[in-house]
Amino acid sequence: MTSSIATPTHSPPPARTRSHRSIPARLLVAPSVILLVLWMVVPLAMAIWFAFQRYNLLIPDEREFVGFANFTYILTDPTLWISIGITMVLVVSVLAITIGLGTVLAVLFNQEFFGRGVARVLAISPFFVMPTVSALIWKNMLMHPVNGLFAQITRGLGLGAIDWFADFPLLAIIIIVAWQWLPFALLILLTAIQSLDTDQMEAARMDGASAMQLFRFVVLPHLNRAIAVVAMIETIFFLTIFAEIFVTTGGGPGLATTNLAYYIYLKALLEFDVGGASAGGLIAVVLANVVAIFLMRSVARNLDT
Amino acid sequence: MATNRSNRWWIPLLGWLVACLLFFPIFWMFITSFKTEVAAVATPPQLFFRPTLENYVAVQTRASYFNFALNSVVISLGATLLSLLLAIPAAYAMSFFPTKRTKSTLVWMLSTKMLPAVGVLVPIYILARETGLLDTRIGLIIIYTLINLPIVVWMIYSFFKEVPKEILEADRMDGASTYQELVHVLLPLALPGIFSTALLSIILSWNEAFWSLNLTTFDAAPLTAFIASFSSPQGLFWAKLSAASSMAIAPILLFGWVSQRQLVRGLTFGAVK
Repeated sequence: MTSSIATPTHSPPPARTRSHRSIPARLLVAPSVILLVLWMVVPLAMAIWFAFQRYNLLIPDEREFVGFANFTYILTDPTLWISIGITMVLVVSVLAITIGLGTVLAVLFNQEFFGRGVARVLAISPFFVMPTVSALIWKNMLMHPVNGLFAQITRGLGLGAIDWFADFPLLAIIIIVAWQWLPFALLILLTAIQSLDTDQMEAARMDGASAMQLFRFVVLPHLNRAIAVVAMIETIFFLTIFAEIFVTTGGGPGLATTNLAYYIYLKALLEFDVGGASAGGLIAVVLANVVAIFLMRSVARNLDT
Repeated sequence: MATNRSNRWWIPLLGWLVACLLFFPIFWMFITSFKTEVAAVATPPQLFFRPTLENYVAVQTRASYFNFALNSVVISLGATLLSLLLAIPAAYAMSFFPTKRTKSTLVWMLSTKMLPAVGVLVPIYILARETGLLDTRIGLIIIYTLINLPIVVWMIYSFFKEVPKEILEADRMDGASTYQELVHVLLPLALPGIFSTALLSIILSWNEAFWSLNLTTFDAAPLTAFIASFSSPQGLFWAKLSAASSMAIAPILLFGWVSQRQLVRGLTFGAVK
């Protein structure tokens, strides 16, 4: 122990000119690193520890080591698989909507037109609205089956009204989340498009490329990486959509909108099943890590630029 | 390009249509906040009406609103200040005295963002309960600081990288200490970058709605949790909900508009500039 502390002070002579700076430099990074290590390790270690125990906050005295019982219980619980299925549907459909529409809108907002700056500011605004507010605007003022604007319009047209949260609850959640995140995709992809070399565009146009060809063979390849980054960042957030479900459907009706995050929340803070919720949490961590590996790889490649 | 301009009349039209559609829910909420509760649910929906401020008054006089708003301000400013205090020295060291491990440290920091909140909901909840930090501002400040720290370090690192090395070297020749160098030379140069980093951190903390819903009940509940309390089915207080929501999102909307370009950098960890 003592030797490992002593070594840095006896650094080899060639480094001496820099050493009086490099040692404090390490000290400056240390607080952030140590805190983040604790933030990573402590809760995860606790989750693993709890996952192997029977531990319910309502009956804390009956706490005991149960091996893999929580995992076998959770993994054979049909609700878990339903919630994973719903999570997948949510992630994939919102990704498709935001990236598909986001790309088109980014091309649109890359054109010069009157008041583009203001229009762009309006278009990206939903991203800055807190999730509980956006969920409640949509649930009440737009999608309410009686007084909501959509119902009033469709009824006015003689089409009757849709009870969104009773009949299409998952679609309603998808629409709300897509509305919040489409601006994010738009903002990122627009920034990426603007870094496109205009000379290259001009050259392609000179050669007689049509607008579609330009988009397909010049713009889209340029956007590839930005789209990948958007997809991966969004996936991380979409895996744990919570507030939007919490204030609108509460996971229902039935299990129709119970995603993995909500399932774990129900286990943890309503059933107080610490062991089961921890096991479920670890499954979520594994899922997210699969995505994270890809994200970190593409970010790391770009770190020097 | 100029030849194409004439047959592109539909572009501004489409652009504005899209912008208005996306903004419409916010606009409608804002309009509703000036209606009476009766007018807010009227059939047909009213676009023209006699505006009233009664909802804003009603929400303000509910003594607790001020408390929720204050919690939001204290928590997001507290978390932002704390993460800046931690991140500025770290980013300084990493951008001006990089070692072999600097790059992997940065990547590792960002990877901590990938830990899904639900995965550690139970341990954090129990830790907060055991330490008495449940439903306290300090509890949320600590969590938001840790959540945002990687992004804040990364953004400041990228802004420091843009400061010309020569300026610092000239200063170092004059015998400036590390502290002097950081405070008197670097910070003023990187101030715009630090400012937009702070804005992003405030925006993210203000809108965070997983931990705030799960770790607070009343005392430390910020606006996200307060607005969520309107979701109870009894009573249709749409006008009051709209007034409370308008006040809750207004400052962040402004911050977002101001800093949209720098946000891209922070939100994508610099992968898109």
